[in-house]
Amino acid sequence: MKKMKKTSKNSTKKNLELLVLTLPAIIAYFIFNYIPMFGAIIAFKDYKAPKGILGSAWNGLENFKFFFTSQDAWRITRNTVGYALIFIVVNLVAGVFVALLLYEVRSRRALKFYQTSMMLPRFLSWVIVGYITYTLLSPTMGIFNQVIEMFGGQPVNWYSEVSAWPWILIITNTWKVIGLNSIMYYAALMGIDKAYFEAAEIDGANRFQQIIHISLPSIKPLMIVLTLLAFGNIFRGDFGLFYVIPRDVGVLYPATDIIDTYVYRGLRTGNLGITAAVGLFQSLVGFVMIVTMNGIVRKVEPDSALF
Amino acid sequence: MSVVKKKRITYRTWINLYFIIMSITFILPFLLIVSASLTNEDILAKEGFKIIPPFIDWTGYKFVFSNVGEILRAYAVTTFQAFFGTFLSVLVMTLCAYPLSRKDFKFRKPITFFVFFTMLFNGGLIPTYLLNYKYLHLGNTIWIYILPTLCSAFYIIIFRTFFQGLPISLVESAKLDGASEIRIFFQIILPLSKPVLATVALLTLLTKWNDWYTSLIYITDSNLYTLQFLLKRILQEVEFLRFMANNTPPGIDLSYLEDMPVETLKFAMCIIAAGPMLLVFPFFQKYFAKGLTVGSVKG
Repeated sequence: MKKMKKTSKNSTKKNLELLVLTLPAIIAYFIFNYIPMFGAIIAFKDYKAPKGILGSAWNGLENFKFFFTSQDAWRITRNTVGYALIFIVVNLVAGVFVALLLYEVRSRRALKFYQTSMMLPRFLSWVIVGYITYTLLSPTMGIFNQVIEMFGGQPVNWYSEVSAWPWILIITNTWKVIGLNSIMYYAALMGIDKAYFEAAEIDGANRFQQIIHISLPSIKPLMIVLTLLAFGNIFRGDFGLFYVIPRDVGVLYPATDIIDTYVYRGLRTGNLGITAAVGLFQSLVGFVMIVTMNGIVRKVEPDSALF
Repeated sequence: MSVVKKKRITYRTWINLYFIIMSITFILPFLLIVSASLTNEDILAKEGFKIIPPFIDWTGYKFVFSNVGEILRAYAVTTFQAFFGTFLSVLVMTLCAYPLSRKDFKFRKPITFFVFFTMLFNGGLIPTYLLNYKYLHLGNTIWIYILPTLCSAFYIIIFRTFFQGLPISLVESAKLDGASEIRIFFQIILPLSKPVLATVALLTLLTKWNDWYTSLIYITDSNLYTLQFLLKRILQEVEFLRFMANNTPPGIDLSYLEDMPVETLKFAMCIIAAGPMLLVFPFFQKYFAKGLTVGSVKG
């Protein structure tokens, strides 16, 4: 009896000690993550800066109505989701393709060199990538226009040529992420038991047949998981890519404006109520997407589910 | 047999050729920036960017070094917020992750959910901005770089998973010796966790080093710009370059301002600001690759 009392006292002490360790993180999360969640009520208010969030008058769904009936709503939703879908397909196909080719490289030295050069963009901020795209796209000095003129074509003013921007953004994004992407798939390929390939070779299967019947099925789980998780983030865009690379040029908005850049501009112009409504819309849809996708992952690949 | 072997070699050659071309597309852009920073301004204006400058011209760098105050300050701000921020961040996250790794911790489930939920839902930019700027007055202070991003749920889960893999018997025997939980954490858990500490610290450091978004949203005082944000303004606003030059301390001749080599200067700044990091980080590539495998462990 005495002993039990002592253990329960010990256990309370232990739990308290452990709780204290988590406190700094709990406080930080409460202030910087949970308070803004409640602050999202600003989306339902006619926000006036002097009155503050709590003091401003409620206006129901006015902000949402204003946004959804504006022309911007369709444009930024289409761009955000459209680019996200394209990136999902391109990243999957290019990532797997490069990984399969990497797997064929036998020289360790060459492999290291290829991987390092592909990973370089991972270490760069979008700002530095912006310098690089500027050397290529600058209307007067850029490499692209030099090449076009060399072949006798007319130089293009890239920073006002809307139709070119989907391509520019897709290529730039692929250039930035392909190293990381392909190395993830490559790591999965390295995990395959070599005996499978040897057995297939004895049976007379060529490299292509081995890829179709051994390599691809083996990395299928990773392909499914990465793709579904990307679907969960379909309502989010990479702010740096869409803000820095097109240099925030207004003419290009039809092709470059996404929810994240729109919300940022709303912050600058002071349309806080409407912009917060857009942000809340994005968060809510994102939440539903992630939970749904995780549910699917849990069905298909239970070990890879996030929660 | 020999026929098969020969076919193999040619197909491997094609693959290598493919990768060599691909590697060039990753390396060439860097040469372009270096070359632009070393090209004479007039030649740039007349002939455009070149992969190799016709002759080497250091004017851009001379301009940068005649007025290094802004860059040095940005370096100081960036270095401080990146290293101190990473240190605090890793400390707070590991402190939180250790109790969550203990199956016998009573509040494990609710706190895990409290942490994890922040990955799924957030209030959005506007409420966050109003809180940080208007209510907490973190705008235009160095703390804006450090406090709001103190914890990442993803890294806490990675830490927790790693700690779960450590033998629990170590903790139990230390307890028999009367050690407190905090001592167990610092003297037993942390020393055993160097690989995961290094990986997360490096990833956090890289993110913080490359941060320009925080300055964009919260900083108007140019003394508190990060390097990347300074570079962003230089790239997009020619007037900003002139503003910087106008801040030149007295005693320096300002008459050359009219013929400031704007383009060359931009790229010289870019090299000076980004170069050191680009040289250092690739050496830590193996930790980043490790980060991938750590990250793929289920939370």
